[in-house]
Amino acid sequence: MLKKLKAPLAILAELSHRCPLSCAYCSNPVELVEKNKELDTDDWLRVIDEAADLGIHQIHFSGGEPTARKDLEQMVEHAHKRKLYTNLITSAVLLSRERLEKLKKLGLEHVQVSFQDSEKENANRIGNFKGGHEKKLEVAKWVRELGMPLTINAVMHRQNLHHLEDMIKMSVDLDADRLEVANVQYYGWALKNRAAFMPTKDQLESSMEIVEKARKDLKGILVIDYVLPDYYAKRPKSCMGGWGRQFLNISPEGKVLPCHAAETIKSFNFDNVKDKSLAWIWENSEPFNKFRGTDWMPSPCKTCDRREIDWGGCRCQALALTGDIGAVDPTCEFSPLHEKIFGSATEESSSEAPEFIYRLLSNKEVEPVKK
Amino acid sequence: MMKERLLLKSETVPVIPNHVRFEFNEVRKEWVLLAPERALYPDKIAIEVLKKCDGKISIQLIGEDLAKKYKAPVEKIIEDIINMLQDLADKGFLKEC
Repeated sequence: MLKKLKAPLAILAELSHRCPLSCAYCSNPVELVEKNKELDTDDWLRVIDEAADLGIHQIHFSGGEPTARKDLEQMVEHAHKRKLYTNLITSAVLLSRERLEKLKKLGLEHVQVSFQDSEKENANRIGNFKGGHEKKLEVAKWVRELGMPLTINAVMHRQNLHHLEDMIKMSVDLDADRLEVANVQYYGWALKNRAAFMPTKDQLESSMEIVEKARKDLKGILVIDYVLPDYYAKRPKSCMGGWGRQFLNISPEGKVLPCHAAETIKSFNFDNVKDKSLAWIWENSEPFNKFRGTDWMPSPCKTCDRREIDWGGCRCQALALTGDIGAVDPTCEFSPLHEKIFGSATEESSSEAPEFIYRLLSNKEVEPVKK
Repeated sequence: MMKERLLLKSETVPVIPNHVRFEFNEVRKEWVLLAPERALYPDKIAIEVLKKCDGKISIQLIGEDLAKKYKAPVEKIIEDIINMLQDLADKGFLKEC
């Protein structure tokens, strides 16, 4: 039992960084965890027990590609036995119908499938995986045939936003319950490709209109989640519902992180589930306590009336774009750097989109694009 | 064929679908509605209503039960229940039996 804090609501279990796709906007760290460093089955089963003992409600199996782990079945079964709500976040291209059916029997309750576009050619170009889009459509149908709820995760950017209406139609045709319109976030690998993905202001404005209209027309049929991309926002998003407030993320090697991008913060030593219990880490881990609550905030956040709404925005972004992890998130219009960064987005999106730097092993040494 | 929005009426028999769990979390000591990538904490009245969404009785009967218990006008109670449950139905967390 925790002494001081409320337990987190959900846990993001990044089972593996391995992934058959090589999306240029991958938000996983530039340095991936190799297979031989991944937590083993027993470690994960123990983590699931610790999560259930804390009263955590949900577990999201994610990655990389979680189905790359052959022991996913054991984890789903165990999580379900311990009454965690189980969710699979997948690219879907490795799944067979038999395996999906087995996962469902073992207690899988929801599936989220990512799509790179609604148009086959462009989707497979973006994910750099031949036949990927066709396979995803097939898996999405299986999910519904097996009676599981389906979320479509559509990663949107300047090279596919013109297909947003088709993406919505595709979600309805697939009988999805929810569509997440996820604007690319420029963490990890994605930052290398920012100029290739940054949407124009016009694209964003029309996409917001499309979403608003679809939400009205499809009320009770499809739920659409949409978050304005940071670079065009006036206020930062409440990242993970606040640092160390509701979520924790476990990396493939067992590091416990406040969000999945937090490893970009090199100055932190993140505790590992192999050394400490989840309960101990949640309460005592230095990185979690560093930016929890409002005491750490710089001005003008400290006195802002939204301090307990956006919780100071995103620390990883503050570090990546200002060099100072404790700085005001530059997304916020009260950041002294807001104009400069907003300007860079407008400039990047108005020039011709450069070629992608795909997330391939051979590209490992490529440095981020300097802007 | 595209599915249609479920519009709740007093004769609708509401039920929580299989993929949504309404349960008491023993560790946290609180009722929670667990849905895909969502956890909702219903208030005291909502808990009472959701406990009755078992696919056996209509909103009308749920309303009559609660009206008796709280000595409140039944029409008003039913209206409140429909508003609350319609929001859940629109999110896919409630269906018709």
